[in-house]
Parts: sequence; C-alpha cells; structure tokens
Amino acid sequence: MDDFIAARSQMALSLGFHIIFACIGMIMPFFMAISHYLYLKKKNDHYRKLTVAWSKGVAIFFVTGAVSGTMLSFELGLLWPEFMLHAGPIFGMPFSLEGTAFFLEAIAIGFFLYGWGKFHPWFHWFTGVMVGVTGLASGILVVAANGWMNAPTGFDYVDGKFLNVDPMAAMFNDAWFTQALHMTLAAFVATGFAVAGIHAILLMRGKNNPLHRSALKIALSLGAVAAILQPLSGDISAKDVAQRQPAKIAAMEAHFHTESFAPLILGGIPDEDNKIVNYAIKIPGGLSFLAHGDFNAEVIGLDRIPEDEHPPVLITHLAFQIMVACGMILMMTGILWLFGQWRKKAFVDSRWFLTLLAFLTPLGFIAVEAGWVVTEVGRQPWIIYGIMKTRDGMTPMPGIVYSFWLYTFIYLSLSGIVTLLLIRQIRDLDKKETPLPTYPR
Amino acid sequence: MLMLYVVTAFLYIALLFYLLFGGADFGAGIIELFTDDSKKERSRLLTYKAIGPIWEANHMWLIIAIVILFVGFPAIYTTLSIYLHIPLSLMLVGIIARGTAFIFRHYDPVIGNLQKVYNLIYVYSSFLTPFFLGNIAGTVISGRINPNASTFPEAYLYPWSGYFPVVVGLFTVCICGFLAAVFLIGEAEDDDDRRLFRNKAIRLNLLTVIAGGLVFLAAYVEEMALMTELLSNTVSLISLLLASISLPILWVQVKSLRYKSARALAAFQVTMILFALFYSIYPSFVIMEDSVLTLEGAAAGSSTLTALGIALLVGSAFILPALFYLIYSFQKKRFDQDTDIANMVAEEQGKIDL
Ligand code: HDD
Ligand code: HEM
Ligand code: HEM
Repeated sequence: MDDFIAARSQMALSLGFHIIFACIGMIMPFFMAISHYLYLKKKNDHYRKLTVAWSKGVAIFFVTGAVSGTMLSFELGLLWPEFMLHAGPIFGMPFSLEGTAFFLEAIAIGFFLYGWGKFHPWFHWFTGVMVGVTGLASGILVVAANGWMNAPTGFDYVDGKFLNVDPMAAMFNDAWFTQALHMTLAAFVATGFAVAGIHAILLMRGKNNPLHRSALKIALSLGAVAAILQPLSGDISAKDVAQRQPAKIAAMEAHFHTESFAPLILGGIPDEDNKIVNYAIKIPGGLSFLAHGDFNAEVIGLDRIPEDEHPPVLITHLAFQIMVACGMILMMTGILWLFGQWRKKAFVDSRWFLTLLAFLTPLGFIAVEAGWVVTEVGRQPWIIYGIMKTRDGMTPMPGIVYSFWLYTFIYLSLSGIVTLLLIRQIRDLDKKETPLPTYPR
Repeated sequence: MLMLYVVTAFLYIALLFYLLFGGADFGAGIIELFTDDSKKERSRLLTYKAIGPIWEANHMWLIIAIVILFVGFPAIYTTLSIYLHIPLSLMLVGIIARGTAFIFRHYDPVIGNLQKVYNLIYVYSSFLTPFFLGNIAGTVISGRINPNASTFPEAYLYPWSGYFPVVVGLFTVCICGFLAAVFLIGEAEDDDDRRLFRNKAIRLNLLTVIAGGLVFLAAYVEEMALMTELLSNTVSLISLLLASISLPILWVQVKSLRYKSARALAAFQVTMILFALFYSIYPSFVIMEDSVLTLEGAAAGSSTLTALGIALLVGSAFILPALFYLIYSFQKKRFDQDTDIANMVAEEQGKIDL
C-alpha cells in the first residue's frame, strides 16, 4: 500500500466509523425524548425504564462519537495539510458554528445524563431534546462543509490563488441543502431501523414485552416515515449531482458513453477497460429521467470527461446500487409497517414481521456507508471538485501506512468494546430489576 | 483588524481553559496512578461524581482551539500538522483511550477483568495525553522545527524530542496533577479524603515547581532565545513573579483546606505562567529554526476572520451561560443537604448510573 492510498483509506475508515456514532448521537436523543415525554405524561413505568436504558447506550455511543470526532478535526490536518491550508478559511464557517453546537450538545448531555432526580422533570426533558437539536445542527453544518468540497463556491480561483473569500457563500454552496436533507433523513432511517431491529430480536425472545414493544414503535414510526421520504430526497440529490458533477453521476451509473434516452443500469459489473457493463438490467430512458426529469435528455458519459479525471467506476457504481437497493427494501418495509399500524393489522406483531425487522437491523447503516462512498469516491480524483486534486492536498510526511494500521487497530478495538458493552447493557436490562432513577417531587 | 484580536483572544482563552479544565480532568487520572490500592475505588467514584457531568464540556475547549486554528490561522495549523504529526498522533491516541476508558468503566454493568483493563488504560493515558500536549507546546516555542530539513529524522523526529520539549511535557503533567488535587479537595466528602488530596496537592505542587525549574534549565542548556525574551520582558517577568509570590499563600490555603481560595490561586498561577509565555513571544506563535509564524502573518483573510469572530462571539453568548449553569447546578446539588429525598435518589442512582 502506498502512502497516498493509506491516507485515503485512513480518512475513509475514520469517517466511516464516526458517521455511525454521529447518526446515533443525532437521532437517539429524539427517541429518548419521546419515551421520556410519554413517561412524564402517562407515568407508565416502562417508559421510564426505556428512557434510562437508552440513555446508558447513548452515553457509550456519545463518548465514542466525541473522541472519533476529535480525531477527525486533527486528521484533516495530519493527512491533508495542503488542502486545509487553502480550504480552512473558506469552508470554515460551518465548522466555527459547529463548535458552538458541539459545546451546547456537550453541556446538554451533562444535564441530561446526570440530571435524573436533580432538576425539574420538564427541564430535564428539555435538556434531552437540546442534545438532539444541537446534534442535528452540527450534523447539518459539517455536511455543508462537505458540500463545499463537491460544489466549491465563495472564492475566486486565480493563478492557483484563492481570492475574494466569502465564507457565507461557501457555506450555502449548491450542494449543502440536498446533501443535508438526504443525510438527516438517512440518520433517522438508519438509527430507526437499527433500534427497531434490536428490540424486535428482544421481543422474539419474549422479554420485557411492553418495554420493547414501545421501543419498537417509537423507533420505527420515525424510521418508516423517513424511509419513505428518503428515495424522494435521493432523486433530488441525483438531479443535483447531474447538474454539478457529471463525472460522479456517470460513475454512479457506469454510464460510459454520452447519449440521449440513456438507460438506467441496475446492478451489473462495470468493466472499465472495455467500457461496458456486464450482467446488468437496463431500463430504457431511465437515467435520462433520473438525472434530468426527461426521458429524452442527453446524459454526459465518461467519454466526455478527460481520462485522468475519471472517478473509480466500479466502486462508485456498486456503492450506489447497494444504497438504492437498501433504500427500496427499507421504504417497502416502512410502508408495510405504517399500513399495519393504521389498519391495526395483526401481522405487525407476528413472528415473521419481527424476523424481517431483525434482518434489517444493519441495512440503514449499510446504506449510509454506501452513500458516503458514492459521494466521496465519486468526487475523486478531486479533493475540491475541479480545483484541487486529492494527491496535491496530501501531507509530505512519509510512512502514513503505519498511521493507517494504527488507526485501524484503534477503530477495531473500539468497535469490539462498544459492541460488547452494548450486549452487556441489554443483558443487564433483562436480567435483574435494578433500582431506577425517579423524580423526588 | 479588530476581529484579528477577537479571534486571537478566543484562541488564547480556549487554550488556557483547556489547560485548566481539561488539565484538572487529566490530573484526576494521574492522581489515581499514585493512590494506594485500598483507596482507589473511593477516589474513582469521587472523581466520577465530580467530573462526570462536565467531562464532555471540559474537552470542548480543545475543539474550539483547533477550529480557530484551522479556520483563522491555517498556516499554523498546517505547519504543526506536518512537522508534529507523530506527537499529535500520540496525543490523539491518549485522548481516545482516556475518554472511552473513563466512560466505559462506569457503563460496563459487569464488574470483571475488563475493569482492570479500563483502569490501566485510563491511568496511563491520563499521563500520556498531557505529556504530549506539553511536548507539542514546548516544541512550538522551541525553535526546533525546520521546514528545510531534508531527512525524515530531522524533519519529523528531532523537533519534539529535545530536552526542552520533553521537560515541558513533564511540567504539564505536574500542573495537571496539581490542579486536580486542589480541585478534588473541595469535592471530597469526608476529612480522610480531604487530607489525602491535600497531601497530594502539596507534593504535586513541589513537583511542579521543580519541573518548572527544569524548564528554565533546559531552555538555558539549549540556549533558547525564549530565555532572554522571557527575562527581558517586564510584563512577563512580573507575571512569573506574581505566580511565585502567590505560592506560599497557596500552601497556607491548601493546608487549612480552604478549597475555594486554593482553587482560585492555583488557576491564577497557571494563568500567569501561560500568560508570561504567550506574551513574551507575542505576536509570534510558532518559533521555527530560522523563521517565525506570527499570528498576523498566518491569519486568514479579513472576511474569514470577521465571520469567525462573529461566530465565536455569538456562540459564547450561548455557551457561557449554559456552561456556568451546568457547573453551578451540579456543584450546588452536591452540597445541597436540605433535599433529603433528592440525595436518596441520587444515592440509589449511584448504584446503577454512576
Ligand atoms: C439510509 C441511508 C440512505 C438511503 C436509504 C439512501 N441514501 Fe442516498 N445517500 C445516503 C444515504 C442513503 C448518505 C449516506 O446520507 C449520502 C452520502 C452523502 C449524502 O449527502 O448522503 C447519500 C448520497 C446520495 C447521493 C449522492 C449525493 C452527492 O454526492 O451529493 C445520491 C445521488 C443519492 N444518495 C441517491 C439516493 C437514492 C436515489 C436513493 C433511493 C432509494 C437513496 N439515495 C437512498
Ligand atoms: C461521515 C461521513 C463520511 C464518510 C463515510 C466519508 C467517506 C470518505 C471516503 C470513502 C473517502 C475516500 C475517498 C477515496 O479516497 O476514494 C473520503 C475522503 C475524504 N473525505 Fe469524506 N466522508 C464523509 C464525510 C466527510 C466530511 C463531512 C468531510 C469534510 C468536511 C469529508 C472530507 C474528506 C476528505 C478531506 C477526504 C480526503 C480527500 C479525498 O479523498 O477526496 N468527508 N471520505
Ligand atoms: C457527515 C459527516 C458528519 C456528521 C453527520 C457528523 C455529526 C456529528 C455529531 C452528531 C456529533 C455529536 C457527537 C455524538 O453524538 O456522538 C459529532 C461529533 C463530533 N464530530 Fe462529527 N460529524 C461528521 C463528520 C465530522 C468531521 C469531518 C469532523 C472533523 C472535522 C467532525 C468532528 C467532530 C467532533 C470534533 C465531534 C466531537 C464533539 C463533541 O465532543 O460533542 N465530524 N459529529
């Protein structure tokens, strides 16, 4: 592995790790707030138990999210100093605001986790909501920074210099809204289905019924609605990408030759040397419609893009297929569940449906990871689209390979421990009746 | 131009607060290393009760400082990222290991062998992290970074591995331990514990003074310009003098367990030392082998600084009241003896949540 590949892999690994904890940190507070609210209103004890159980899980995920995020703020410089030298002052606006959001989030989580029985119940509840609101805000802001890498604006690029910097224009770049919308929904989908899946497994084991049933209902209600909106938002994203990054959409779709009435390619293995896609299903005119909303529109293929500016087609295409496939399955399940709830159908409690949910546990997160691979790998070879190549942003220090192995080791160990802790927390929940925090008043 | 000062002030304050609050936090782990096994469990619980709610917030100062550096002073951020890649990575390893071990050991419902692993990781990373933090700070002002170096060791190993950076690292470790001991005197719940932390505070203070002397010695041995700059700068000199003069007062306060004034004095001394350093090299920030990076020279353009400055000002209007209320209410709740029920519940909760 050479240093350049090592640096990219390390960045991908760190971000891929962080995003899992970020999603949970953004969404779980809302689930907790709902359950907490139901407890405060209905005084039903299992809601209190559920809120406490969730908050312990969140404490573990939160700290892992915080340390991996701290690592990222350094890694941007450790791996890509040349990029940060120029990009920092331009796309720094969302990061500066994000600092405030993080800080407020850290304060709110202090109140929430340690505030049981110490504050007025509704103030305590409010701090929990604030954890979610600030988390969501920081997620949206950092995605706006990433949007700038895809759609750089807010400066004039003259003779290799970045002049007339406008941080506000850079923050509200062309990509920020579609990406932030899609990412926010994705976080709800991924966390909702993962939490529902875990509680479905526990329900099948017949444990603590009312608690897990409520948990599943809270998580899946939000997850299902988001899953239905997700493909719509994805469609907006795709049209947007077609406008601003034709190379990315061509790689996503393995669209080698410019044509009108371009087919949508489902599945298949792109062969980059011969510029064909094997074993694919083609929907005539589909891509033209997806990208431009018109079956006859011309879609630029990779042939119009200089060879040295092609993103890796195979990875981008496969990742896109995986994301869309996951998205379709989750959307269908979401519709089914909402329908079942609405019509009070018995199948929502049946074993086969719970089994289905159990299998879908990781699917949302797989889609999130795949989606980011599409966005990031599809931007290659650019680190700032059309302005700076990834290779030119890299640190001059040799030996990044070792750094890559070190980080791999750290993330693997952390994943192992977090998984173990989560299993232990869940077992603990079912095993013994622990005293629970209450409110004195 | 005004915004340059605003942003600079925020940078210094973030660094100072990180040293004070994050430092006391690291120090709690350092103290654990030097506590007898019989008392470890108690001091662990105490630390957790005292620090738990503000733990996250204490470490946010570092994030704020980093964001200010890469948005406002990108040349400083990138220079340090390149030449101090190795100690920065080691510090990061410490931050990760420590943060996760601190939380995991309290949220692992199984009290088994893993607890030993968490404790071990927690204690040693509490030492490692401030050491490299100080080491990096020492390197930044040492004039050892050489952008023209041609070999790997010269460029990436030499800068941070001299006497001076190493001694500054140790000095930082001592400061953190000392801050924590003084802080914990006030948090202790009985006289035994209070005496325990008092003795530690005095010993760690002595160590800090010795380490501080070593810093000067190392600077002298390495013939650093810093020495002359510090000693020829009246303001810096006065700050250092104030820090030294307040030492005996601090000892008296600590001895008589007056923890509030002891805390204030400890914070004052650390502030003075940091101020003396920053002031003597101001407006430089990074001193390299044959050049310096000044804040102004490394600063981003004025539109960026304006945006950053406004973001920081607006942000702190939200953060500071919330942070103050967080610290205030958990301090108050801990000493609130009237609400018996609340205490009972907190006790009960202690079994599962702490
Ligand atoms: C639960 C997760 C999830 C699901 C079900 C989907 N996506 Fe997605 N997608 C993401 C999670 C995601 C993501 C991880 O959040 C990305 C990465 C960057 C971003 O903004 O969102 C993303 C990026 C992304 C992009 C690239 C955006 C860019 O580069 O700016 C496109 C075109 C789509 N998606 C389209 C879709 C379509 C047509 C879907 C139809 C089902 C879909 N996504 C489902
Ligand atoms: C958390 C979700 C994210 C994931 C999973 C992710 C994934 C990836 C992947 C897979 C790569 C490697 C691409 C390649 O080398 O082919 C990469 C590179 C990179 N990403 Fe992201 N990314 C995410 C968000 C972000 C954000 C929010 C930013 C910045 C604000 C960012 C900045 C970068 C940078 C600087 C690189 C290295 C340069 C490059 O390869 O272009 N990423 N990321
Ligand atoms: C799309 C990508 C990203 C999203 C959605 C995201 C979102 C979040 C969220 C919600 C948190 C809160 C912590 C938690 O709940 O566990 C968090 C933490 C953090 N993130 Fe990210 N993040 C992303 C990428 C990045 C990048 C690229 C950086 C570095 C520049 C970064 C830096 C941080 C830091 C420093 C923290 C710790 C804050 C704390 O202690 O509260 N994140 N992130």
